[in-house]
Amino acid sequence: MNERFDAIVVGAGPAGCAAAYSLAKEGLQVLLVERGKFAGAKNMTGGVLYGPVLNDLAPDFWKEAPVERHISRHVIAFLSERSSLSVDFNVTGSDEHNGFSVLRSKFDRWFAHKVEQVGGIVATGLRVDDLLWDKQRVAGIVAGGDEIAGEVVIAADGVNSGLAKKAGLGVKLSPENVNQGVKEVIKMPREVIEERFNLADESGAAIHFLGFCTKGVHGGGFLYTNKESLSLGVVAQLKALVENNLKSVDLLEGFKAHPTVKELVKGGTTVEYSAHLVPAGGLKMMPRLYTDGLLVAGDAAALVLATGRALEGMNFALASGMAAAETVKRAKEKGDYGKETLSCYEKLLADSFVLRDLKNFRRAPHFLENQRIYSTYPDLVCGLAERIFQVDGNPKEKVWQLAREEMKGKVSLWRLIRDGMSARRAI
Amino acid sequence: MNSMTMEERLALNKYDVDTEAHIRLKEEVCRECEPRSCLYVCPAECFKLREDKITFAYEGCLECGSCQIFCDKGAIEWSYPRGGFGVAFEYG
Repeated sequence: MNERFDAIVVGAGPAGCAAAYSLAKEGLQVLLVERGKFAGAKNMTGGVLYGPVLNDLAPDFWKEAPVERHISRHVIAFLSERSSLSVDFNVTGSDEHNGFSVLRSKFDRWFAHKVEQVGGIVATGLRVDDLLWDKQRVAGIVAGGDEIAGEVVIAADGVNSGLAKKAGLGVKLSPENVNQGVKEVIKMPREVIEERFNLADESGAAIHFLGFCTKGVHGGGFLYTNKESLSLGVVAQLKALVENNLKSVDLLEGFKAHPTVKELVKGGTTVEYSAHLVPAGGLKMMPRLYTDGLLVAGDAAALVLATGRALEGMNFALASGMAAAETVKRAKEKGDYGKETLSCYEKLLADSFVLRDLKNFRRAPHFLENQRIYSTYPDLVCGLAERIFQVDGNPKEKVWQLAREEMKGKVSLWRLIRDGMSARRAI
Repeated sequence: MNSMTMEERLALNKYDVDTEAHIRLKEEVCRECEPRSCLYVCPAECFKLREDKITFAYEGCLECGSCQIFCDKGAIEWSYPRGGFGVAFEYG
């Protein structure tokens, strides 16, 4: 390959595909490189793809994209060892398409195909081994023994981004700021899913679990309904796993065996087991986002929002990919790809929800270090619910009295109020 | 649903196994290592302790990167598999 691309995008996930699609659509010469044998082969998610961002780029994308179900039911479930208490928000029947469950192997393949449709070149099965340098500026990539020149490289190569590191911009991953997710895809007939989760046709449920699913350590569980399968998994902080001698696969097994979850997955057949890391440190772990000839997007730039309920990443990946593309378009107009010009990338992100959310929730990662969120409080609310709902023939006590009894030996009122205050500030 | 062994789990996935390992261990470093966190941190249980020696089976690797983050002894020479090789998720 002797030609010089306007942009080389590395990684065909949502960030890379969004960047490559935006650029190719405008007629720029784009190469999208993916190490998997097809786009999506290396990718998995434990999350919901929220619609509005992608809709800006590809209007009504969900009509043609292989999305699974549009999420109409959001549940937050607290688990104790033998019971659960859920908050269940349901808009089943609404035709709003705000969020979707997706299976990334299918979805990313579709997205990369869209890139080809608008004239981008997609090279799969190609691992990028190095950056190509022209003095101090990035001038392309080295992959499969070839040097491929580009005016600018967009590193969208995921949480373990090797490229950003080579340019001195890498995320410093540590056991504290990274969560490990493991997931099973569980096959289940469509009708069973719809009946069991109380869903209308095409609509879906997203359930987030806190408590026993991680044996009380920093993390949570998730369950999403797909068309004909469930995505069930556990996400836990790497440090918490090792410090407590826990393996995430054992957490997953325990989670599946919990009385509440067991009924939800009953009769299903596991067809895939996957694992992935999530950068969860927020703004603190975000690297510099650009240098001469290089932009970093998506997980590679740690653009993931921790809110306590879930980790939101795909939307941030899409938006950062689109902002990177906009930056490259402007750079091409100026004919300059130096870091002065590329600094507009950070400005675009600062004006969008990406950096605004990360700033607004900057205290969340620290707040989420509080162990009580994962052990004491789920136990407390389940215990209280049990006291409220159990009729034992003795005279009843008022709810506040029951709450104080349940709190005894678990958490002081003072502690509860302080945690409430920091929750208010952080999330 | 019944519980599964790791072998059963990994057997569900599709792999194109390369002839060479993409992750290598420095045996002399692993020998001296006390915590041996890799035994917990790998979600595919690729690290095994056999006769007091840490071994790594790259074939079932899920390519998450956890081991290289946790090993602070520099015992892990880590890279992704060559292009097209390794795990290929059908669902993801």
